[in-house]
Amino acid sequence: MNGNKEKLVIIGNGMAGISTVEQILKLSSRFDITVFGTEPYPNYNRIMLSYVLEGSKTIDDIVLNDLHWYEDYGITLHTGTTITRIESETREVVTAEGLRFPYDKVIIATGSSSFILPVPGHDKQGVVGFRDIADCNVMLEAAKQYKKAAVIGGGLLGLEAAKGLVQLGMEVTVVHLMQDLMERQLDPQASAMLKTELERQGIRFKMGAQTAELLGGERVEGIRFADDSVLNTDFVVMAVGIKPNTGVARESGLEVNRGIVVDDYMQTSLNNVYSVGECTEHRGVCYGLVAPLFEQGMILAKHICGVDTAPYEGSVVSTKLKISGVDVFSTGEFIDSPEHTIISHKDDWKRTYKKILLRDNIMVGAVLFGDITDSAELQKLIKQQAEMTDELYASLMGTGCGGHKKATSVETMAEDEIVCGCNGVTKGTIVDAITNEGLTSVDEIKACTGATRSCGGCKPVVEQILQYVLGDNFTAGAKQGICACTSLSRDEIVAEIRQKGLQTTKEVMHVLGWNQPEGCSKCRPAINYYLGMIAPDTHVDEKESRFVNERMNANIQKDGTYTVVPRMYGGVTTPEDLKRIADISVKYDVKAVKVTGGQRLDLIGVKKEDLPKVWAELDMPSGYAYAKSLRTVKTCVGSQFCRFGTQDSMAMGALLERKFERLDLPAKFKYAVNGCPRNCAESCTKDIGIVGNDGGWEIFIGGNGGIKARLADSLCKVKTDEELVELCGAIMQHYRETANYLERTSEWVERVGLEQIRAVVVEDVKERKALMERIEFALEQVEDPWKKALRNEEGQNKLFQGIEVSARP
Amino acid sequence: MTTQQSAIYYPAGEIEEFLPQIGRVVEIKDHELAVFRTSDGTIFAAENRNPHPKGGPLAEGIVSGYYLYDPLYDWKIDLNTGLVQAPDQGQVQMYSVKIENGQVWIAL
Repeated sequence: MNGNKEKLVIIGNGMAGISTVEQILKLSSRFDITVFGTEPYPNYNRIMLSYVLEGSKTIDDIVLNDLHWYEDYGITLHTGTTITRIESETREVVTAEGLRFPYDKVIIATGSSSFILPVPGHDKQGVVGFRDIADCNVMLEAAKQYKKAAVIGGGLLGLEAAKGLVQLGMEVTVVHLMQDLMERQLDPQASAMLKTELERQGIRFKMGAQTAELLGGERVEGIRFADDSVLNTDFVVMAVGIKPNTGVARESGLEVNRGIVVDDYMQTSLNNVYSVGECTEHRGVCYGLVAPLFEQGMILAKHICGVDTAPYEGSVVSTKLKISGVDVFSTGEFIDSPEHTIISHKDDWKRTYKKILLRDNIMVGAVLFGDITDSAELQKLIKQQAEMTDELYASLMGTGCGGHKKATSVETMAEDEIVCGCNGVTKGTIVDAITNEGLTSVDEIKACTGATRSCGGCKPVVEQILQYVLGDNFTAGAKQGICACTSLSRDEIVAEIRQKGLQTTKEVMHVLGWNQPEGCSKCRPAINYYLGMIAPDTHVDEKESRFVNERMNANIQKDGTYTVVPRMYGGVTTPEDLKRIADISVKYDVKAVKVTGGQRLDLIGVKKEDLPKVWAELDMPSGYAYAKSLRTVKTCVGSQFCRFGTQDSMAMGALLERKFERLDLPAKFKYAVNGCPRNCAESCTKDIGIVGNDGGWEIFIGGNGGIKARLADSLCKVKTDEELVELCGAIMQHYRETANYLERTSEWVERVGLEQIRAVVVEDVKERKALMERIEFALEQVEDPWKKALRNEEGQNKLFQGIEVSARP
Repeated sequence: MTTQQSAIYYPAGEIEEFLPQIGRVVEIKDHELAVFRTSDGTIFAAENRNPHPKGGPLAEGIVSGYYLYDPLYDWKIDLNTGLVQAPDQGQVQMYSVKIENGQVWIAL
């Protein structure tokens, strides 16, 4: 390959090695990368093996990077190849067959393997670990031929294996040395609840049992325990723990304790040799979970590419059991000891348990059973070492007196009244679907009737109907995710992205266990937005995850032609610009020129292949009429011309539009600026409405003239233009950071509450400045999309031009 | 699945001319096709006509796995069969594709 590039060798083709490579690729192209993997597969998501066993996913579903990915990035992949040692004098790695490959840098990411108890009979047929696809296949095969299985080990992996085998029709007994299941992740209370729940699902348990010998001839037939009791079985899964794979490190003379010893930059005791993931030992700790490997990989990638990075200081680990219908979560310190203050709530009727551990009033750990909605929030708080306050307590533990649900008007709604105007679905249809089909969620109603599937404006009403029809059973419905691909909420997803440093929609979906691996038209654009909001400087926008309008930077019409809307700052244009717009409209034969509701000109009916030419000839900025972004700032003529005007609304409108244009927002966003309280520019129906008065400006937020009409609320008054701009920026950034994707400010203000917004952006001056800093940072990254598209001629062709094939076959 | 009889394959360009997960219009004789390259490199060719009663193009939809979400009405369409997924109904005409040495061939 390229001789100028540094040769980087990765030993291990698992999640740790490849996620490090992905990070490296984002930072630098200076490496010529070769990956060696012992398994005959491309990189796959090991944490999802439980789902393969359970039957809800296939092996193909859990592949993270297929062979094309390696090809696309010019990475050489050797599958089925084991590296046995590193020779530092000659700078070569050596395979089991004796082949040698030169390196400049090496990353060892060999992971870990199942720990097999060294009891007599452990090498009989029908005894496996649960670690890789091969193990998984053996288990799938065994279930076809045999009836009885024993799983030794009542930890996370053992329970997931047991559940999988039950699902495959086997009679399963979990054998555990301790009296409590998952004792390393759960306290005795949660552990007991878990056992009851799993027994309900058909798993048997033998607790406090020490395995002494595996019985049988060539094939295993039973387990004898230390007390001489015997369990007959046809198949044994060992899931008692993992041991770091350190063979290659030992052979190469690296310092190894339990794992390969690394420093805070994942450097081993040998120069230019690094190690990452479950095979490593950092500050005395070997991790057996996925989150630390992402954190380690990120630091290693930066370090190896010469990018400044903070040292790795260890991870706060959290555990989630991946068994459908059993929600268990723990993080940080979870076993009570005298120095802890314990907040706990156990509900035997709802079968839920929640415990938060404090040390000196700092949150240090938590356990959840049955309801893990708060897991992301708790994980965040514990990572931040948050102090417990009355407010936090109230939000986490509830105040104990839940108010009554709001009365709804759906009761009195006529059966034939149309609820979903886009798809013509009546209340009667929805009610029938709920009662006849037994639906319990908005998503099911959407799939069954089509209601809420287009603009989504009717979703609250559909929810109310659901609530009304189901009555008290309503909450029994499954937890709602942002779309049918996940059960995670927006906040949980954003928290996970921040914590794990996830960077692409694909990564989010794999790591967070999406049930449709590449998502859908609802979640892909949303995740793309959240990623960009969180990391505006490094996020690479994914065109394939954008709606057509945003991908083409123009509005698609029903016949497949497009509407082009140039910017017109503050609704002000010039005769020269008008002339150019007119000439181009004639030249490209547009079907209509229309004044929009936001004081601009629509050029309707431009052919897709003409779009780049129209933009080039207009030579005006994009008006973003298609985007979830600042669309227009509507203005009156203000003090420049109006006899009543007290403020220069045209200038302020143009200033705000120039300042905040182009930035991605959760939904489209409109402003109005008025020169006086006569409000000719109609501030009351805009996301931000500004009204000039004698001594300054009054700011209104959350107005909407569209599908869910809402009058804006008065937020505050300011005296100077500078304060006005700062408040507008803070409002927009707060909205960017806290709104659901596609949630308009009218809904956001109602959900979050005007008082909360006021507290953050108006009263908390420090936070306001911080919000302003963050939006300024994000604004530094934006660029006019029309100019950008024109610069990239090749991409432009592939995006906008069709291919014509001559009739010759 | 609608199969083509006595199909003739036409060269529709190199695979690199199709961006992953972003559709492209290909015109062969009088047929306008929407051609999609999925993330695993599979190519699908559909008639570029939305099965929705109001019609419109398909090429600009969002591609996920072997599914297409149409750009105008968000219908979910199986690229293997062309079948529109419930609760909507309809079917898109799909065309056979083969790839040889990086060259995409579509059968009419």
